[in-house]
Amino acid sequence: MSMPVPVLDQLWVYLSASPLLHLLVTLLAFMGASYLNRLLGGTPFLHPVVLTIALIIAFLTLTDTDYATYFEGAQFIHFLLGPATVALAIPLYDYRERVRRLLVPILLSCVAGIVTAVTSAVGGAMLMGASRETVLTLSPKSVTSPIAMGIAEKLGGIPSLAAGLVLITGSLGCALGPVIFRLVRVRDPSVQGFTMGLAAHGFGTAYSFSSIGAAAGAFAGLAMGLTGLLTAFILPPLVHLFGL
Amino acid sequence: MPLIAGMSVLLGCQFLGEILVHGLQLPVPGPVVGMVVLLVGLMINGRVPKGLRTSGEGLLRYLTLLFVPAGVGVMVHFDLIKADFWPIIVTLVVSTALTLAVTAKVMSWLTRSIPKDPRDECREERP
Repeated sequence: MSMPVPVLDQLWVYLSASPLLHLLVTLLAFMGASYLNRLLGGTPFLHPVVLTIALIIAFLTLTDTDYATYFEGAQFIHFLLGPATVALAIPLYDYRERVRRLLVPILLSCVAGIVTAVTSAVGGAMLMGASRETVLTLSPKSVTSPIAMGIAEKLGGIPSLAAGLVLITGSLGCALGPVIFRLVRVRDPSVQGFTMGLAAHGFGTAYSFSSIGAAAGAFAGLAMGLTGLLTAFILPPLVHLFGL
Repeated sequence: MPLIAGMSVLLGCQFLGEILVHGLQLPVPGPVVGMVVLLVGLMINGRVPKGLRTSGEGLLRYLTLLFVPAGVGVMVHFDLIKADFWPIIVTLVVSTALTLAVTAKVMSWLTRSIPKDPRDECREERP
């Protein structure tokens, strides 16, 4: 980006190289997106995360900044994902009685959800004429990205693209979730949370905490972990059924 | 000090999780195993220490923000996505909608006979 005054130009070069700028940009974009979402009546189609990501990508494109430079600042936020994932044990502990009571339904729904996610993704992409590599990369889309990348790699897909598709799936899940729940008339917060965590991993979990409630968040976290674990085992034989 | 103690517990569990994943060659990320470690710890301890609850719930309240840096990473894959754009987008939308519908239906059918927790009923989804 070029600015008319050389001093400003130098300042920009200095600022854009320090992590401070992109850390601040991330926080400001998030606050702006949350404000905008509230202004629009909390519409699920412009979920704050999706909006924040879009705002930041627009900013980076305008300032001609690459992702690696951005991540230098944003990594401080990204790092907190680790301890936050660990912290999911707290709501899970709070709702342990209900989880214990629902253990069999939880496991069965999880398997049903994974089979639906994988067969519809693989079958749909094959019908639409996607390349074999794309089909394999799409198959683990509902799983949290570190696991999805591992699965894609093992199957012969593209790990970095798998991570990207996982993120798009997460955003889609946040947008579609409330609509689908109304369509199939499911109101139980535990069921909604569990479904969001299964179909949209961490995005769905975050959505459940922020828009449904603590119980939904606990079940979403549980679904996210369980789906990741089970998919690693269920997916390879399932994809094999499609002759891939 | 309780906040620092709480954060240390979270990071300690993540650390143990990473050690277990690398030691046993598990196919799951370290933090997920760390979550299991903390859950087992809480079950043994019998309650959630105050500092741990404050720092843990603070992090979870802003969980959406924590996904933003990874989410911006989609921009790196624009070219790959463009190559198979329609198959990818249509498949993702249809498959995600189907997964949500099937999972929600199956689970609410399987749990229909189990009494619900009255604490939940007051909390409705936002319009």
